Amino acid sequence: MSQQTALINFTIHLADDALILGHRNSEWTGHGPILEQDIAISNIALDLIGQARNFYQYAARLMNQSGQGLPEGEWTPPEGEVTEDTLAYLRDGWDFKNCLLVEQSNGDWARTILRQFFVSAHQFYLYERLQYSKDRELAAICEKAYKEVVYHLRWSSEWVIRLGDGTGESHSRMEQALDDLWKFTGELFIPTAYEQQLAVEGTGIDLSLLQPKWEEKVREIFAEATLSFPETAANSAQGAPQRITRETGATAGKKGGMLSGGKEGRHTEQLGYILAEMQFLQRAYPGCEW
Amino acid sequence: MSETNNNSSELPTPPLGGGGVPNSPFRGRGGDWPLWEIFIRSKQGLDHKHAGSLHAADAQMAIENARDVYTRRMEGVSIWVVESKYIHASNPDEASSFFDPANDKVYRHPTFYDLPDELKHM
Amino acid sequence: MSLQEFEKIFQDKVDKDIRIEPKEWMPDAYRKTLIRQISQHAHSEIVGMLPESNWITRAPTLKRKATLIAKVQDEAGHGLYLYSAAETMGTTRDEMIGQLHSGKAKYSSIFNYPTLTWADMGAIGWLVDGAAIMNQVPLCRASYGPYARAMVRICKEESFHQRQGFEILLVLSRGSEAQRRMCQDAIDRWWWPSVMMFGPNDDASPHTAQSMQWKIKRFTNDELRQKFVDICAEQIKLLGMTIPDPDLVWNEEKKHYDFGPIDWEEFREVINGNGPCNKERLAARVKAHEDGAWVREAALAHAEKRKLTPQPPKGGVLIPEDF
Repeated sequence: MSQQTALINFTIHLADDALILGHRNSEWTGHGPILEQDIAISNIALDLIGQARNFYQYAARLMNQSGQGLPEGEWTPPEGEVTEDTLAYLRDGWDFKNCLLVEQSNGDWARTILRQFFVSAHQFYLYERLQYSKDRELAAICEKAYKEVVYHLRWSSEWVIRLGDGTGESHSRMEQALDDLWKFTGELFIPTAYEQQLAVEGTGIDLSLLQPKWEEKVREIFAEATLSFPETAANSAQGAPQRITRETGATAGKKGGMLSGGKEGRHTEQLGYILAEMQFLQRAYPGCEW
Repeated sequence: MSETNNNSSELPTPPLGGGGVPNSPFRGRGGDWPLWEIFIRSKQGLDHKHAGSLHAADAQMAIENARDVYTRRMEGVSIWVVESKYIHASNPDEASSFFDPANDKVYRHPTFYDLPDELKHM
Repeated sequence: MSLQEFEKIFQDKVDKDIRIEPKEWMPDAYRKTLIRQISQHAHSEIVGMLPESNWITRAPTLKRKATLIAKVQDEAGHGLYLYSAAETMGTTRDEMIGQLHSGKAKYSSIFNYPTLTWADMGAIGWLVDGAAIMNQVPLCRASYGPYARAMVRICKEESFHQRQGFEILLVLSRGSEAQRRMCQDAIDRWWWPSVMMFGPNDDASPHTAQSMQWKIKRFTNDELRQKFVDICAEQIKLLGMTIPDPDLVWNEEKKHYDFGPIDWEEFREVINGNGPCNKERLAARVKAHEDGAWVREAALAHAEKRKLTPQPPKGGVLIPEDF
């Protein structure tokens, strides 16, 4: 695919990750375990949605400029200019490129915290590098996002520790959360075609460079949280991660039980419901200003 | 906000920090987190100013909560948090005798001294 | 000093607009009334988050999504400022939450109404926040220091809420036929409950006089209500919509708007727990609190462990200088 297309795909992927996670976090607003934490998680949701908007706006600009959008067989934007809202509200699930992890339901506070921790650790190392991307626009967005993610990582790390090394109940809830979410973490480091292309050219990043750092961070926090890092054949193997494509899709059972496919539009059942709720008004009243 | 020697029988001494009300139905199951007082320096060169209070389980959380709650619309430069129970305060009812009535010692005020207008920089 | 002397000193301060600060002598009735007033205001902010957070996941644009989250988050913050002010008077967060959940404490009746369309977000911002602002601005000069200061913070943040609400309605009023209908429908449903927010008529409010003397209330219910109606009656013209009150008419003599009778029966029913959403609102708050119990417990347990075995702070990452 062309560089432009790869860049658009990648930017949309970053945007989708941020939007879907921000959306999930915002579901806690008004229902948090204590007022102060309600505010904290809403803050994080706001940061993420802000990041999403920056990425979407950039992707939209690229699409409007080049006149070309995504490869054939994928989503065609409606007539007229593409905007951040076109991208967020008028694509169906199979055009979304967020990883599977961010769309998982909130569950209890333990699950939400663990999901945040895994994603923030990933975004931390990702944005840290992308600040130096050859694409200046992308670099600028990531520089701003990086500062926010430093805080998200700190906040979620502390909570993982608090809950892991809190009471017997909080510890077992964290273990349950780990059991539920671990299988979605592999995808964070499995590159798609568009990611590989951009990494080679210098705009993107080689995900295999991030994985060891991420793993080190997770081990560090888990140790303090008295949680066991899942040692499986898959994550002890250091072979090159497989590339996923539309054909291979979600590789359940392959690569040590890790699920993937989200970044290529193959999602879990969760995303459909998220979009149905999120996009309802735009779909019910097409073409309106709000 | 602390255990001052309170002459007035009207004001009960509030239970402060790490406890909550002894007979609260929520005691013992997720009971009150300690109360913390928050002080913020919003700009280099200024003093820390008392911003309010909030509940947090530990100091780290208190600082982060303070950042979330009290610096949402500005860059907070520095945040101090202190558990409310560690704040010691003067007794407000003794204010009139405790604080030196400054108006009595007029010589402490610059206006007391009559100096010629020609004198600069003073 | 005798009780009368204490009371005289106290009332003197109040009369001179000298703020009463925590731990200073105050009449027990003043303290009790204020605790109730401040905590009920706090409860209102917290419960008030629910009808709006309802629409966060359905906000129709990213900008609206972000600004709605910010607004609801502000409300959480306002609740927090107020609980914090109440706590300076000898109550605790635990105690206050307990009273809310048991039904002993009240909160503003307006939040017992359902938010049925996106336009409700606009109506709430314009009317409900508008009414709240009208109440709150005078309280920035309330006699109790922490309360007044909390109100100053709140008022600074509140005006964006009202502007946001009005703007939502403005855009709808200029939109499609369905959107215009949505706009009018929301106004039709939120108008009277907003008017009722100011409380019973003055002649049915026995506590007003004492509260005014203590300066924890600066204007009467009817005074504020009249001001509200006058302002909204003008503002709605910009929307090209109508206020659902056939008796609303400008009175040239009084230089005010006359308006129709309020259904106090409805008000009483809603206050007493029979409004459309009372049960749901309270249930949501109780659930959040109960579901969160293990979280709060864990955090405390962890903090205790830390105290017993002090360690150098680990976990998290190096914080950049500009944090």
